[in-house]
Amino acid sequence: MINMKSPRIAYGEALVDLGRIDENIVVLDADLAHATQTILFKEKFKDRFFNIGIAEQNMMGIAAGLSLSGFIPFASTFAIFGAGRAFEQIRNTICYPNLNVKIAVTHAGITVGEDGASHQAIEDISLMRSIPNMKVIVPCDAIETKKAVFAAAKINGPVYIRIARPVAPIITEENAEFKIGKAQILREGKDFTIFATGLMVEKAIEAANILYNAGIEATVVNVHTIKPLDEELIIEEAVKTGKVITIEEHSVIGGLGSAVAETLIGKVPIKMKILGIKDTFGQSGDPDLLLKHYGLTAENIVETVTEMLND
Amino acid sequence: MQKNVQINELTLSELRYISTEVRKDVIKMLGKSKSGHPGGSLSVVDILVTLYYKIMKVDPKYPNWEDRDRLVLSKGHSCPALYSILARKGYFNVDQLTTLRQLGSILQGHPDMKRTPGIDASVGSLGQGLSVAVGLALGAKLKNKDYRVYAIIGDGEMQEGQIWEALMATIHYKLDNLTTILDYNKLQIDGTNNEVMSLGDVKSRIKAFGFDVYEINGHDFEEIYGALTTSLASQKPKFIIAHTIKGKGVSFMENKVEWHGKAPNDDQVIKALAELEGK
Repeated sequence: MINMKSPRIAYGEALVDLGRIDENIVVLDADLAHATQTILFKEKFKDRFFNIGIAEQNMMGIAAGLSLSGFIPFASTFAIFGAGRAFEQIRNTICYPNLNVKIAVTHAGITVGEDGASHQAIEDISLMRSIPNMKVIVPCDAIETKKAVFAAAKINGPVYIRIARPVAPIITEENAEFKIGKAQILREGKDFTIFATGLMVEKAIEAANILYNAGIEATVVNVHTIKPLDEELIIEEAVKTGKVITIEEHSVIGGLGSAVAETLIGKVPIKMKILGIKDTFGQSGDPDLLLKHYGLTAENIVETVTEMLND
Repeated sequence: MQKNVQINELTLSELRYISTEVRKDVIKMLGKSKSGHPGGSLSVVDILVTLYYKIMKVDPKYPNWEDRDRLVLSKGHSCPALYSILARKGYFNVDQLTTLRQLGSILQGHPDMKRTPGIDASVGSLGQGLSVAVGLALGAKLKNKDYRVYAIIGDGEMQEGQIWEALMATIHYKLDNLTTILDYNKLQIDGTNNEVMSLGDVKSRIKAFGFDVYEINGHDFEEIYGALTTSLASQKPKFIIAHTIKGKGVSFMENKVEWHGKAPNDDQVIKALAELEGK
C-alpha cells in the first residue's frame, strides 16, 4: 500500500514548522493562499503573512525589500505567474543582488490539469535555471518537499522550489538525506540509467520495475536539484551504463534533459534521449490522461529504453 | 546602536554649492564614460542633495548600519548624481567617479548594491524599485524600527504597471514610513510624457489612492526640505510631486528630449562646466 500526500500541503506544513523555529520567516502570496497552502502559515502567523493581491511582480519586489530588512521571505504563487509573469523581477531585483528570497511555486507542469495550457508552466525550469545565483529544486513527493523548504531556508540566496499540484505517492524515506545539489540514487542497474525529476521520479521507478521483469536492470536517479546539478554523480551513473534517458514534466527545451546533456556533452560517449513535453502547449484534461497524452508515463519510459537497447 | 550621524545644518547657499559640484561631477563622469543619462541625472540632483545633506539618517562609515534611512533610486539611470553624492559624503573615494560604466568599476551603469557602498538596493529596470521600497518599509514596521524609506521614481517610469501595484500596497499596509518622490521632468526617451503615454492628472490620481500629496518645485531647496519635513508629521504614506527640469543647470540640455541618454562630447563638457561654474 503506497501512501499518498499532497506536496502542496507538505509545503504549507513545512512553512508552519519553519515559522515556529525562525521568526524571520515571512510568507507572501498573490491571492492563491488556499491553492499554494500558504494559508496554513497565515493561520498560525498572521503578522508574518502578506497577501499582496494579484500582483506577482510587486510581490517579488516586496519580498526583495523584506529580505533586505533581514527576513527570509517565501513568495508563493503558481509556477506560471512566478517564473513567467515575474521573470524579470526575479532576475533583476532578486537574483542580480543575490537576495535571500525563496520562490516556492505550486501547480507546475501539465498536471495542473483542467485549467488548461494558460496555467500549465512547462518552461519554468528552463527560465529559472538560466539566471545566475538562482538554485532550482523540484521535489518528487511530500516528504522531499518539506526537506527542500528547510534546506532552502538554511542557505543564503535565491532558491526556486517547483511543486506539483496533484496528490502524489510517497516514494522517498523520511530519514533519507536531502542535500541541495546532491542527486539521489534510488536503485542501481547495469543496463540503463534514468534521470528523473519531480513527479516523474515515481514513473521512472515504475518503469524500472517493469524493465526488471523483462530482464533489464535500470538505475534510477532522483535529480531533485536541477541547479546546481550533481555533475559528478550524473557523469558517473551515465558512464556505468552508457545509455541514458531523462524525464521531466516540463518542455524538452531547457529543463532537466538539457542540463544533463550540457553536463555529459563532450565528456563521455553515451546514447541519450530526453523525455518531456515536445515543444507544444498543454491543454485541459484529467492530469493522468494528460500525462498519457504527452508521453510521460512508465510505459513511455519502458518503450524508449527498449528501443534504445535494441538500436 | 547610534552611529555617527551628521545632519548638517547647511545653509541654502551651501546646498546650492554642493548641487553645482554634483552637477559638474555628472557632466565629467558622463563625458569620460561617453555614455549615460545626463537629463534625468541633472533633474534629480537637488532632491538627492537635500535628502543626503539635510534629511537622511545615514553614516558613510557604516553603509550597512541597520538603523539607517534607506534610499531606493527606482529611476536608476540617474545614478551618476547619486554616485557623486555618495563619494562626496565619503562612502568611497571621489577618484572612483571617473570609472563610471567602465569594466571592473564599482560604479555600474545602474545601481548595484553589491558593488557600490551606500547603494541600498540594486534597481534600474524601471518599475521595480518602488516595490523594494515597500518591502523595506514593511520590514521596518515588522522589526519595530524607526528608519525611513525614500523612493525616487521617474515620470516615464509611472507607465509601468508595477508602480501602481506598489502604490496600492503602500496604502494597503499604511506605510507612513515611506516617502515616494516623483522626479517630474515631463520628458522620457522617446518624447514628452504626453506624446508617449500621458500620465494624466498625477496629483488627482495619487490623491485618489489615499496618499498625502505634496507638490513642489524640485529645484527649490526650501520647498524640497519643507515637503520632506512637514510630511513627517502625517500618519499617511507620502507622495511628493517634484516638478523638475530635465538637464537642469546646463542650458543646452534643459528640457531637451535628446539629452535623455546621450553623453556630452569633449566640447560640450567644457561648455557645460563653464556654465555651471558661472563663467
